[in-house]
Amino acid sequence: MLRMKDVSKVYRTEVIETHALRELSLEVREGEFVAVTGPSGSGKTTFLNIAGLLEELTSGTYTLDGVDVSSLDDRARSRLRNEKIGFVFQSFNLIPDLDLFANVDVPLRYRGLSRTDRHRRIASALERVGLGSRMKHFPAELSGGQQQRAAIARAIAGGPKLLLADEPTGNLDSAMAREVMQLLEELNAQGTVVVIVTHDPEIAARAQRNIHVVAGIAADLERGPALVRAPAGAADHHQPTA
Amino acid sequence: MFVYYLELAARSFRRDRALTALMIVAIAFGVGASMTMLTVLHVVSADPIPGHSRDLYYILVDSQRLDSYVPGEEPDFQSTRFDAEAIVRARRADRQAMMSGGNVAIESGRPDLPPFFVSARYTSADFFPMFRAPFAAGAPWTAAEDDGSARVAVITRALAGKLFGPGDAVGRAIRVDGHDLRILGVLDAWQPNPHFWDVSSGRTYGETEQVFVPFSTSRELKLRPEGNMNCWGNEPGPNDNLALDAPCTWIQLWVELDSPDKVAAFHDFLISYSEEQRRAGRFQRPPNVRMRDVLEWLDFRQVVPRDVRLQTWVALGFLLVCLINTVGLLLTKFLRGSPLLGVRRALGASKRSIFAQLLVESGAIGFAGGILGLGVAWLGLFAVRHQPTPYAQLAHLDLPMLGATFGLAIAASLLAGLLPAWRGSQISVASQLKSH
Ligand SMILES: Nc1ncnc2c1ncn2[C@@H]1O[C@H](COP(=O)(O)OP(=O)(O)OP(=O)(O)O)[C@@H](O)[C@H]1O
Ligand SMILES: [Mg+2]
Repeated sequence: MLRMKDVSKVYRTEVIETHALRELSLEVREGEFVAVTGPSGSGKTTFLNIAGLLEELTSGTYTLDGVDVSSLDDRARSRLRNEKIGFVFQSFNLIPDLDLFANVDVPLRYRGLSRTDRHRRIASALERVGLGSRMKHFPAELSGGQQQRAAIARAIAGGPKLLLADEPTGNLDSAMAREVMQLLEELNAQGTVVVIVTHDPEIAARAQRNIHVVAGIAADLERGPALVRAPAGAADHHQPTA
Repeated sequence: MFVYYLELAARSFRRDRALTALMIVAIAFGVGASMTMLTVLHVVSADPIPGHSRDLYYILVDSQRLDSYVPGEEPDFQSTRFDAEAIVRARRADRQAMMSGGNVAIESGRPDLPPFFVSARYTSADFFPMFRAPFAAGAPWTAAEDDGSARVAVITRALAGKLFGPGDAVGRAIRVDGHDLRILGVLDAWQPNPHFWDVSSGRTYGETEQVFVPFSTSRELKLRPEGNMNCWGNEPGPNDNLALDAPCTWIQLWVELDSPDKVAAFHDFLISYSEEQRRAGRFQRPPNVRMRDVLEWLDFRQVVPRDVRLQTWVALGFLLVCLINTVGLLLTKFLRGSPLLGVRRALGASKRSIFAQLLVESGAIGFAGGILGLGVAWLGLFAVRHQPTPYAQLAHLDLPMLGATFGLAIAASLLAGLLPAWRGSQISVASQLKSH
């Protein structure tokens, strides 16, 4: 699904160069539920942004679902992002003056789908996260957990193969966090690849596989402290899903 | 997608009402002021006789004395009666007409309508077909009436209505400066502006003359001319200025020539006429002739008032200032909204679609500014019409100007939106999402 080889990301400002990722290599396979952990500033968000085509990499190769993305222009990258990837953010990032229906509609609009098709997908995505009766509500009228579920509905409405979540439970209390995790696990069970960045060991423990990023280098925890250089055949570490 | 972008623009306006209102007002005032002045400019500089202005030539031959002669300098801007009559008589052009303005008293003989003055034009038969004057009734006079100094006249429909009511005026008599003239024709509504045929008078814009009389008749009846006159030589007495051989220029001379060959031939004719006159001792200077078509002549005489041009530039400068302000406001607005743009990018919007979205938003501001700008232009023209300038009455918003106002507003706002929209599309998505 997702294969990175020797990916580096360097942020250059006038004063310093930050090596956010250093020759990071890893692979995420179809059907996986992966948790990315690591200390603050280690490059987890950077990895996720590159995986989600929000940022370009400085060097290395990145293949998403069989497509080498480094040669793509912005239009093609945006199209790929729209079709294959769903994002879930820590701060939900719902558009405040759009109701849930219109929020979920956003990625579908850029897909250029027909009106009826969009309506069908919006309804089913909101139903899926249990917000079918709240379509006309605005984000501010919902609890944090409901907002994050709406954001997940928006992320999955287009039927992406890959869900990228950056600390999706970071702003939620534990009950709400559990709710959101359960939803992500259900989506994964139905075939969506889920990559989740988290600081929460409890959540990391629920993933099939953990990738630990330290100082821009990834290590597969279940495989010991060795650096993950070759693609890890990691799908054999099944965690019980609660 | 366009409709979706319009929806987004509407939402964005609601999000930032004050800023949006400020931009709309800025565009409205810039566009309104510009359209006010452009309308005035359009009115005063419009082609007064479209389709024919390139075939009609204002003719000048230099008949002045040799002293103070500078080779190549411009001849006096009007013709002597002698030259005008000779050139008209020669009939070398498709059409030719000589003319002078005048001011005459009209007596209706009706007790309820005391005598009144109207402006008149003394001219020759070709005037009407040459300048495409439309007749409501009757017909123009012919060369025969010119030659015979016939007691005839052509009048406007307005004057006919005033004198005779709705009845037919053709064939009736009109009393002009104490002489009865038979009305041969009544002109239909005709308002070429400016009155290009005579730009020496102060009445270049506005109403046309109301009475037209053969030039020959006007001289026999000693009707009073009106306009500029320039005399040289031994300064004859005031009455003699109008004599056939008086060294005075006061006649406008026009010819119609519909091909470049004819123009060249006519130019040759003017040269040989000048040489002939020089041999005869009437002209002292070497041949010095000018032929200018209507637009060249208006341009040369700077008929378009200078202040109108200046004010138009000032208004356009004001528009530019408003636009620069709008650029700044749009930048503020778009960058303020960049976290949401970042979300859209993450959800699959390309840079190009963000750019299009923001440009549509700019254009929508221009559209609103255009509507308000129409109001501003309407008020501006209302103010212009209350100025004591001769062209003031002509300043109205017509359909093309209405369209132009919208076009200008939208074009201006799109232009103002280019840079902000580009900046908005280039935001770093990752850092926008982080700061959100
Ligand atoms: N836009 C940027 N410009 C410069 N440096 C950046 C930028 N984004 C991230 N960095 C740097 O790159 C490094 C990795 O940042 P990143 O956000 O990926 O860390 P993280 O693992 O997500 O941390 P956290 O757990 O605190 O979210 C950090 O040192 C950070 O300062
Ligand atoms: Mg992070």
